[in-house]
Amino acid sequence: MMVDFPKITPLGDRAILINFEKIIDEKMLEKVLFYKNLIENSQFKQKVEVVNTYNSLLISYVFAIEDVYSEVLRIKQLVRQANIPKNMNYKIFTLPVCYNEEFGLDLKLISEDKNLKIDEIIKLHTKPFYRIYFTGFLPGFLYLGGLDERLKISRKESPRRSVDKGSVGIGENQTGIYPKNSPGGWQILGKCPVDLFRKNERPPSPFSAGDKIKFEAVSITEYQEIIELIEAGEYKLKVDNYES
Amino acid sequence: MKAEIEVLQPGLYTSIQDLGRYGFQKFGVPQSGVMDRYAMRICNLILGNPQEKSVMEITMQGPQLKFNSPTSVCISGADLSPKLNGQAVSNNEIINLKKNDIIEFGKRKSGFRSYLGISGGFETEKVMESLSWYEGLTDQFRLEKGMKLACSADSFSNSETYSSLKIDSEYISSNAIGVYPGPEFEFLTNTQKNQLFNADFNTDEKSNRMAVQVKEELQNDLQPIITAPVMPGTVQLTPSGKIIILMRDCQTTGGYPRILQLSEYGIQVLSQKLPGDKIKFLKKNYPEF
Repeated sequence: MMVDFPKITPLGDRAILINFEKIIDEKMLEKVLFYKNLIENSQFKQKVEVVNTYNSLLISYVFAIEDVYSEVLRIKQLVRQANIPKNMNYKIFTLPVCYNEEFGLDLKLISEDKNLKIDEIIKLHTKPFYRIYFTGFLPGFLYLGGLDERLKISRKESPRRSVDKGSVGIGENQTGIYPKNSPGGWQILGKCPVDLFRKNERPPSPFSAGDKIKFEAVSITEYQEIIELIEAGEYKLKVDNYES
Repeated sequence: MKAEIEVLQPGLYTSIQDLGRYGFQKFGVPQSGVMDRYAMRICNLILGNPQEKSVMEITMQGPQLKFNSPTSVCISGADLSPKLNGQAVSNNEIINLKKNDIIEFGKRKSGFRSYLGISGGFETEKVMESLSWYEGLTDQFRLEKGMKLACSADSFSNSETYSSLKIDSEYISSNAIGVYPGPEFEFLTNTQKNQLFNADFNTDEKSNRMAVQVKEELQNDLQPIITAPVMPGTVQLTPSGKIIILMRDCQTTGGYPRILQLSEYGIQVLSQKLPGDKIKFLKKNYPEF
């Protein structure tokens, strides 16, 4: 069956879904984000919100769409006209992570399973610039791409009942940070002292889809110092701006 | 003195909700908001409030509430035998309250969720532009005994109310849930499709504001999908064949095939179903493109 991408269809009576080819990579993300921006800046008759995942966009309306037919056609028109620009601006955030054994509950397990020394695990985990694809699952939970193949490891067979807020983990080919205490099955390597989601801040999270994250290993003493700075309201996240 | 409601008894699961939280899904924040938008609108219209004022969402067993100043309230949705100082009062009518009056509920007569609107609305904690309670995001997520709820002090705000409004209560006893095909509907077999639209299903005890689960399973060999957007009303099919209908507090993304999408009216009807109630999926179609 031939399908033209992107596929644009209604989803129920108060949303429109745009599906691109089933691909997870940075090029696809750039394409998805380009259309996201284009749609967000177009004229809507009511309040809408556009969210992206790896290869789709959801335009959700607060109320049922009055004339779904015309609205889908309008979006189709918009997407047809557009060209993909070559440049995308993004930020690189450096996030401190303490890979101390007290926090890295599964470091030993990963080390045995992958036949890597703990130092090597930390080296491999702090090397990449991870791309933020989107936020989902929990408020502030970042879907990151770019984990080194050598660190790929299955989730725990039975999830932990509670994983601490800030825990940095690996599940299959994904790595991420738990934004709050929650049950979870990822293998835990360390802990990040920085709050990923603050409900009273605008925006509640500084990270956007398309930005990048770099992890920086810190000692337990540095970790404590960062916590103190955060509590005193004096901590500043390291951010660099880039144009690709 | 501040207008307040004292919670003498919290009821089974009671929370403050408005239309929900919009503009924050890109941070992974659920939409939340009232399960039954129609009942909320009726409460507010009768009271002469703007249609989207926050209301109290009451589940199956109502709370006991004491009002510290005169105001007006209206109850809509499920009929949980509301009482004012021990005397029966009706749904969908203005109830004028004096200082120290007590509203409580009795036997459930119909539906699952009842809504209490108050003149001028609630003035509880606002988080991300919404008063909707959600665990982990707002300080409170359900009513607790002894809690005090701030509400508007301007009572009897409007004499121009819709007391002669024609109210549809039929949806409360309906079992037909209107659904559109979901993004992965086309990958289902004909047998699965027939089963979905012809079989009766029963809602499970595990249901809550996040999702309604269905007891019956659907034979399934569809694999999980690449994590994709979901929203209230999305019907997921798990690899083991479980049918999960996402509701207002659902996450923003999910990895199970999205086989159906409820209409807003479908969500309204489902909101009034008790665990164990029978439901049928009624197929709706999108316009032809």
